[in-house]
Amino acid sequence: MRNTYVPYPVRIKKAEVATEDKMLKSFWLEFLNEADAEAFDYMPGQFAELSVSGYGEIPIGIASSPTEGNDLLFTVNKVGHVSNRLHNMKEGDIMGVRGPLGNSYPLKDMEGKNVVIVAGGFAVTTLRSTMNWLLHPDHRSKYGDITFIYGARTPGLLLYEDEWRSWRDSGQANVNITIDREAEGWDGLVGFVPTVTEQVAPKPDNAVALICGPPVMIRFTQPVFDKLGWQPEQIVMSLENRMKCGIGICGRCNVGPEYVCKDGPVFTKAQLDKLPKEY
Amino acid sequence: MAEKILAKDKLGGFLEGLTSKYEVYAPQESEGKAQWARLEDTDKALWEFSNTHMSPKEFFFPQSETMMRFKNVQDGEEGMVMHSEPGLGDKRLLLNIRPCDAKAFQVLDLIFVQDEMTNDFYWRDKRENTTLVGLGCSDPCPTCFCTSMNCGPHSTTGLDALLVDLGDKLLVKTLTEKGEALAEGLADASAEEIAAAEAQQKASEEQIESQVGMDQVLSREVMELYEAGHWSRVQESCLNCGTCTYCCPTCHCFDIQDETSGETGRRVRNWDSCMSWLFTMHGTGHNPRGTKLDRVRQRFMHKFKYIPAKRGGEVGCVGCGRCVQLCPVNIDVRRVVNDMNA
Ligand SMILES: Cc1cc2nc3c(=O)[nH]c(=O)nc-3n(C[C@H](O)[C@H](O)[C@H](O)COP(=O)(O)OP(=O)(O)OC[C@H]3O[C@@H](n4cnc5c(N)ncnc54)[C@H](O)[C@@H]3O)c2cc1C
Ligand code: SF4
Ligand code: SF4
Ligand code: FES
Repeated sequence: MRNTYVPYPVRIKKAEVATEDKMLKSFWLEFLNEADAEAFDYMPGQFAELSVSGYGEIPIGIASSPTEGNDLLFTVNKVGHVSNRLHNMKEGDIMGVRGPLGNSYPLKDMEGKNVVIVAGGFAVTTLRSTMNWLLHPDHRSKYGDITFIYGARTPGLLLYEDEWRSWRDSGQANVNITIDREAEGWDGLVGFVPTVTEQVAPKPDNAVALICGPPVMIRFTQPVFDKLGWQPEQIVMSLENRMKCGIGICGRCNVGPEYVCKDGPVFTKAQLDKLPKEY
Repeated sequence: MAEKILAKDKLGGFLEGLTSKYEVYAPQESEGKAQWARLEDTDKALWEFSNTHMSPKEFFFPQSETMMRFKNVQDGEEGMVMHSEPGLGDKRLLLNIRPCDAKAFQVLDLIFVQDEMTNDFYWRDKRENTTLVGLGCSDPCPTCFCTSMNCGPHSTTGLDALLVDLGDKLLVKTLTEKGEALAEGLADASAEEIAAAEAQQKASEEQIESQVGMDQVLSREVMELYEAGHWSRVQESCLNCGTCTYCCPTCHCFDIQDETSGETGRRVRNWDSCMSWLFTMHGTGHNPRGTKLDRVRQRFMHKFKYIPAKRGGEVGCVGCGRCVQLCPVNIDVRRVVNDMNA
């Protein structure tokens, strides 16, 4: 049996600064071995451990969708030891990927339903994956209306701009992009994600909401959903906790009996309501 | 699977036989304590001791363990590819392990090997290549409470063979094929000898005074236990020193770090502890278990509520009593569990 701690070797095919403040960088990674690409069978919502020899491993959400082929996309915020090193790596460099890890968004259960996606800041990564999955010609007809609400502080901090523009222009989804305050050259929505969510007022009937963002955004978005009559079972969230093994052994990331790395990162609000707020 | 007899005057030869076939480790006296060490001199094996000072978990989960190696060159394929450490290979045998410690390994098996993904190569390899020979406990400590934790002084769970001291001879209870291989050539035990071992087991069990209830803990909701009032008292004296986690045979938290030295590097894992403030600290500075109370509560909730909830009722404690003996401020796990039950 394979040693699951050993990362697959990958090559950085493309590395691109993704935001104006240069804090986020996107990496397209290609597997060195075809068999590894086959073995890396993932779904939107999962994450992987990015591995840089000599520096360590960090858990990062998979931003690509399996519908896009074998290459993987990750968008990494420059915050510390490993992520700084990653930002210094260039196209052609070799690194490691271990995964896919964790559960995924309940895409099968969501079939036949309307879908609302709410993203704040760079937590949009795995929701980009989800949107690409949902809008793929093989999948789009299985879902009802798709509403995408995404906000960042300034226009320059919005990720994946070409893509959300194309989703919007395709008419396949109701796309709402917002920034916190008025900015020059921005003619789109202005206001915080919870406020925009209230304006869009997604209906809870036969619907599921996927929410991912910084804790403050989640804290203020939840009451909006409550007010609109959404039940805890219909709200799906993705957590982040400090991780090492990523496979439910090292004992670091648990929230009550649930391991964020293995049982999560995706949980329904109904599940989280029964657990300690240790996230 | 079978009961055999080993006369004590043949013990020397028996042990010599073991050391010629296996890498044998046994409790031996060192600095006034029973400590695990390689059995070089078969006379040095201890037969009378309460339990080893530190648990034997490091035979399967070393304090510091190399997982992978890499070349320390930053560019190119060669430098970035990780190579797994090879397995243990050689057959190892732990002699005179106490039943509680063997039971602890069985609990940890449920955590280290869960499915295809959660399948710890390093743990599994060492478990498969090690034989566990237990020694029934005839003189349990006042701090022992194994009988309350699905275990007991003569429990056979997790063992390949159990030895019971019958004075001038040992009863050898073989429990697996690995255990049977050891008893080859030994005579069958008589009905009287088997009865003597059973009587001894009963006497040992009766000697254990501490009784710790678990019924309420298992049936209560997570949040009810989590929000209980007694945690504030427990945290008051706790130093978050981590001693209880390092000495415990079932504690298994670890950290993974990369180390480089000159041309080469390795990825290592080291014991870690939920008592540490950095354990759950996020890169952003946010800490989900930011207070001392959060951390000490995690240890007990993990052992007595979270593990049973996830692993079919199995508790993350075997009642060895080490943490009771070694906690510098006398936090007594028995009292904490009784509070969780109250
Ligand atoms: C499921 C999940 C998905 C995530 N998705 C994303 C995502 O899509 N994009 C994103 O940007 N982030 C994401 N994150 C957050 C990301 O994991 C953290 O930002 C990242 O781990 C920070 O790592 P760092 O090494 O750069 O930071 P640090 O704060 O430096 O520390 C992280 C680790 O490195 C160790 N360390 C720090 N400094 C040193 C040193 N000098 N020497 C040795 N060790 C050191 C720390 O002890 C710690 O173990 C996600 C997290 C989770 C759990
Ligand atoms: S040994 Fe005692 S003081 Fe130290 S962390 Fe454990 S309970 Fe707290
Ligand atoms: S919690 Fe204490 S008594 Fe229980 S197994 Fe660990 S060290 Fe032994
Ligand atoms: S990261 Fe190790 S248990 Fe979750």
